[in-house]
Amino acid sequence: MKYVDEFRDGTLARRLAAAIAREVDPAREYRFMEFCGGHTHAIARYGVEDLLPANVRLIHGPGCPVCVLPTGRLEMAIALAERPGVMLASYGDMLRVPGSGGDSLLKARARGADVRMVYSIDDALALARRHPDRQVIFFAIGFETTTPPTAVAIRQAAAEGLGNFSVFCNHVLTPSAIASILESPEVRDLGSVKLDGFVGPAHVSTVIGSRPYEYFAAEYAKPVVIAGFEPLDVLQAVRMLVRQVNAGQSCVENEFARAVSRDGNRKAQKLVAEVFELRKHFDWRGLGRVPYSALRIKSAWADFDAERRFAPEPRTVPDHKACECAAILRGVKRPQDCRLFGSACTPETPMGSCMVSSEGACAAHWSYGRFRSARPA
Amino acid sequence: MSPPRDFPRKLDLRHGCIEMQHGGGGRAMAQLVEELFVAAFANPALSALNDQAVLDAGLSGRLVIATDSHVVSPLFFPGGDIGSLAVHGTVNDVAMAAAEPRWLAASFILEEGFALAELARIVDSMAQAARAAGVAIVTGDTKVVEAGKGDGVFITTTGVGVARAGFETGGTRARPGDVVLVSGAIGDHGIAIMACREGLDFDVPIESDSAALHGLVGALCAVLPPPALRVLRDPTRGGLGATLNEIARASGVGMQLAETAIPVHEPVRAACEFLGLDPLYVANEGKLIAIVDPDHAEAALAALRAHPLGREAARIGVCTDDGQRFVELETGFGGRRVIDWIAGEQLPRIC
Repeated sequence: MKYVDEFRDGTLARRLAAAIAREVDPAREYRFMEFCGGHTHAIARYGVEDLLPANVRLIHGPGCPVCVLPTGRLEMAIALAERPGVMLASYGDMLRVPGSGGDSLLKARARGADVRMVYSIDDALALARRHPDRQVIFFAIGFETTTPPTAVAIRQAAAEGLGNFSVFCNHVLTPSAIASILESPEVRDLGSVKLDGFVGPAHVSTVIGSRPYEYFAAEYAKPVVIAGFEPLDVLQAVRMLVRQVNAGQSCVENEFARAVSRDGNRKAQKLVAEVFELRKHFDWRGLGRVPYSALRIKSAWADFDAERRFAPEPRTVPDHKACECAAILRGVKRPQDCRLFGSACTPETPMGSCMVSSEGACAAHWSYGRFRSARPA
Repeated sequence: MSPPRDFPRKLDLRHGCIEMQHGGGGRAMAQLVEELFVAAFANPALSALNDQAVLDAGLSGRLVIATDSHVVSPLFFPGGDIGSLAVHGTVNDVAMAAAEPRWLAASFILEEGFALAELARIVDSMAQAARAAGVAIVTGDTKVVEAGKGDGVFITTTGVGVARAGFETGGTRARPGDVVLVSGAIGDHGIAIMACREGLDFDVPIESDSAALHGLVGALCAVLPPPALRVLRDPTRGGLGATLNEIARASGVGMQLAETAIPVHEPVRAACEFLGLDPLYVANEGKLIAIVDPDHAEAALAALRAHPLGREAARIGVCTDDGQRFVELETGFGGRRVIDWIAGEQLPRIC
């Protein structure tokens, strides 16, 4: 497949891996966090870790949108879905995420709620057009990549006068999450999570550009290399991070230059600014309450804001006591450190969100990598 | 004087549609059965119009029975339709016991309002698929449900066949060292259905691989001593990944596969890429997995490749001695990973 196979080439991978092995300082450890779930998935799917020297470790970050949505927001979505006359449109992964007591959107659907799986917000708009007698609510989640399409859909609904369409907005921001990790006690004070740099997001950065990461490189002295989602991108980014660490540098480098510019997609940014504004704070699974870390719909578009139209009761729900999703999302623990992993918690019966999405650290390790922990080398 | 005609007006196969009376047990049902099903499937057992088929079996050896319900949406797709699928699905389930399928029973659940013209197309396609496969549809049943309570048509078929003497295939029989073969490129059926549903257009349309596989099984059996053929399976729902996990679990072995050896057609790879699917978990309706004794692997592969349905057959890996029963894949990238069971359903209503 043209333009894809080139980035998965095994011969190039072995050459790159050999170069990394030559360049690492055997006397030290390198610990890089891949922020994005897309990277987590690619690393597991292609077995990238098998090509890295033992002293280079990749730590999974909080960049899986399904994983970081707190249980409270999920339960608000379930409550919205169960209102008479409502049809809730959601991405497939969200349907299986467990709420408290094991409830989920799938279970709500089995009880009679009208929950539809969609591939994009366009499908939700189409549902609203096809079912004028129903209130169609799109359960919007995701980082900066999925936010512009939501903005476009809201403008489209306004232009068409689609009065039965609204959005339950849960869009979150990448830079705030990175700042929250760097400010966390484990990284700052306790030193229990040592981070030597970040593999920066691919798709998110096509929208926001590389400029927002410059602050982290300068302020926290952590190198950032923005990388594409193909396995060779990840390997190349690791090599660039190793070089920065070896040289004592910390700057933002762009491995994904084929799609990311310093300023990003200004048109998309403008669209987002037109429809959304910052929330003062937002609850994240794992990171807790993070200031200015999420978006809500501006009052000018209030007609399309499900939170305004239906006023669902805000909820805060603690995670399952034994579930380590929170610590895993901060890079403090690994999936196999959770005692529910692979016993009570599997993709068929997930206890925490990280076991649901294929971008989640637990699901990725379970589905692709668990032979490593089951059979130590 | 000739007896009066039972059905003064012929069934309107152009403009008519299924009505509740077509399942009511009266004249309308009898007419549907005779003018549509019996006419298309044409064989003495069915034409006798009894509630069962009485067959002059003349059998010796082991009987193989399999049943399969078909609920695919859409009903017509590139490379087949629910009718041909209902024949192939069950013929293949019988064939995987190293058996020669002989007869089918077919049960139809029809939705009120379903166009008779579409039903006739489906029935013709079934008849054609059955003739091509050399099996007779010898008995059946028809029920009608109210509009909105079905999805056009659901078809259940039950197949009966005879196992080849000496061959005892089964999911528990794989041993460490055995070679895993697949008869061709994977994922065509699932992606053909998905592309149809999502309105995806490709330069070269992806067709379902729906086909009857007993001929291919026959070719394999012709070159192998019976004990060398350990496992035969057609990887339908859940794809290659799920089927290999079932075998690994039942046989208590692990597997080591090479990603680069697994054949996948280019358009299927591309479609999977942007639909976010893994071809390993996409359904097939015309492929088989054969696990064979390593000493006979080359002969088996050659026999598969010599058959029109097995031209792209490949050796994709080996069974290993692994208490954890992991199905492992060496990725084309050079890393390794597990091929796990699929969680939930990747694509509903696929067959």
